[in-house]
Amino acid sequence: MKLQQNNFRSKVRSLTDAVASGLAVLSTIIVVAPLVAIFIYLVYKGASSLNLDFFTKIPKPEGEPGGGMANAIVGSGILLALASAIGVPIGIAGGIFLAEFGRGTKLANAVRFTADVLNGVPSIVMGVAAYALIVRPQNHILPFSGHFSAFSGGVALGIMMIPTVCRTTEEMLLMVPHAVREAALALGVPNWRSVLSITVKTASPGIITGCMLAFARVAGETAPLIFTALGNSFWSTSLDRPIAALPLQIYIYAISPYDDLHRLAWAGALVLIVLIVMAVSLVRYVTSRGVLKGAS
Amino acid sequence: MSRGNSAIADRGFHWLMVLCALCIFAIVVLISTELIAGSHLSWTKFGFKFFYQIFYDPNTNQPLYWDPVNGEFSALPFVFGTLVSSFLGLLMAVPLAIGVAVFLTEMCPAFLRGPLAFLTELLAAIPSVIYGLWAVFILVPILREHVNPLLIRTLGWTGLVSDDNPTGLGFLAAGVILAIMILPIISSLTREVMLAVPHSQREAVLALGATRWEMIRMGVLRNARIGIVGAIILGLGRALGETMAVTMVIGNTPEIHRSLLANGSTMASVIANEYGEASGNLHFSALTEIGLALFIVTIIVNALARILVWAVTRGAPARVS
Repeated sequence: MKLQQNNFRSKVRSLTDAVASGLAVLSTIIVVAPLVAIFIYLVYKGASSLNLDFFTKIPKPEGEPGGGMANAIVGSGILLALASAIGVPIGIAGGIFLAEFGRGTKLANAVRFTADVLNGVPSIVMGVAAYALIVRPQNHILPFSGHFSAFSGGVALGIMMIPTVCRTTEEMLLMVPHAVREAALALGVPNWRSVLSITVKTASPGIITGCMLAFARVAGETAPLIFTALGNSFWSTSLDRPIAALPLQIYIYAISPYDDLHRLAWAGALVLIVLIVMAVSLVRYVTSRGVLKGAS
Repeated sequence: MSRGNSAIADRGFHWLMVLCALCIFAIVVLISTELIAGSHLSWTKFGFKFFYQIFYDPNTNQPLYWDPVNGEFSALPFVFGTLVSSFLGLLMAVPLAIGVAVFLTEMCPAFLRGPLAFLTELLAAIPSVIYGLWAVFILVPILREHVNPLLIRTLGWTGLVSDDNPTGLGFLAAGVILAIMILPIISSLTREVMLAVPHSQREAVLALGATRWEMIRMGVLRNARIGIVGAIILGLGRALGETMAVTMVIGNTPEIHRSLLANGSTMASVIANEYGEASGNLHFSALTEIGLALFIVTIIVNALARILVWAVTRGAPARVS
């Protein structure tokens, strides 16, 4: 009798085990399914509306067929260049401080924590801050202030890049072995020289990777641009005027009632996602190959 | 180059790096002061009541929450919309995310682990506007044609679903797209926390004759639970501030409805919709105050989550990402 009971319990236990395993597998499938669905639709819808015009023409007036998003692609490029010019140097320098000078200090811990928290602040709040700082004031203390401009959009994106770049730079620098630094210092190299041309140089593939990750993240940001860069249906490369950006145009076209604009939105989304997937794959390739070849 | 010069250069370089690190504090201070200064007008007019007051239309006696024409503003419908859509998102995402993490850490064959981790990474890298595009053209029609009628037939008696909104937009659509968007972050953090559980724990439970599920439940999940809560809170932080995808599918009406299929609006979506063309200083100030509330709440939520995750993974080897 007792033996039978045990037999029954062990059956229940192995059944529970099988059910739990099945649920885990099922949830993985449920999670992978939407990704595959998104990609298939994107490629299907985007590829059928991509053509040369998309890359070379500016949008036609609403309701007219044809046209492209050349101005949005160039605009995104300008915004991202400005954002990188702000975010990358400050982020890398912050990372160098965390890894080389501030290790274990209270200040470094506070900076690290603030960077992590800042990373989680919604991008729309960055847009609100950039609007209140640059677009709204009419006193022209800051350059390009007082109206919607490419400059304000670039600043909002640049601020968003800083925490990501800072933290990845720190992590990459921490992987450089101490012996390398000691060897440089033993040769009488000044500390700043040793940091820049030995430590940072050794970790540079990883740091570039981190910058690309931050770049890919802000490349798709729309929320901070709605009321800073605003969007533009015409050619504009001036920092002082509203500028078109790829994610912003996708948003504007997606909520418009015209089929032609929907097609442009899908094509724009495909271009954007191809760029981002390329960046992420590159990052993965570099990190899997061993960020610091020969350093460990 | 003499030694004295290099000492000056060293000190200069050191302080330059410190200065750049301090920029991060400066950004937080700058954002806070801008938001506080911008919301001053609304704060002096409404005070804390801003978050719970209800106005009534004098003619129809209907509740009126957000009335830029008459200068009456209440954040109540947006707080409600943010909470409901985020909660719906978490409800769907958390069980799935834990399932994925369990699969990836404990039972996944080695050849699948790399591609699956890469896929979840990709899912996290897709811009929110593309999720929104997909939701508008694929998800919302599916909800409208198939899911919503089914829900109304089976759950109509609860009053939580009603058929007065035939568009397919609304809280449910926002919740589903939020669930898809926060899944990767919850599952990758849960996975990290589970990996930090020492192997000896698993071996000890297995040695007592436990099945694999019992080992996961007793040896892994129980030890990792604080970190998993941290991961969920971090996902919540993402959901609270998510803007584009939600704005595109929630319908954008400043109203409160009991039905999950009704149109609504969130704190982030109302800012996205109205901030650029705010009519008048009070409207602008009220929107800024919503932004300030969002900023404070996400900072608290993120700080809490970071502390919890950090408490668990402290002893584990550093990770690259």
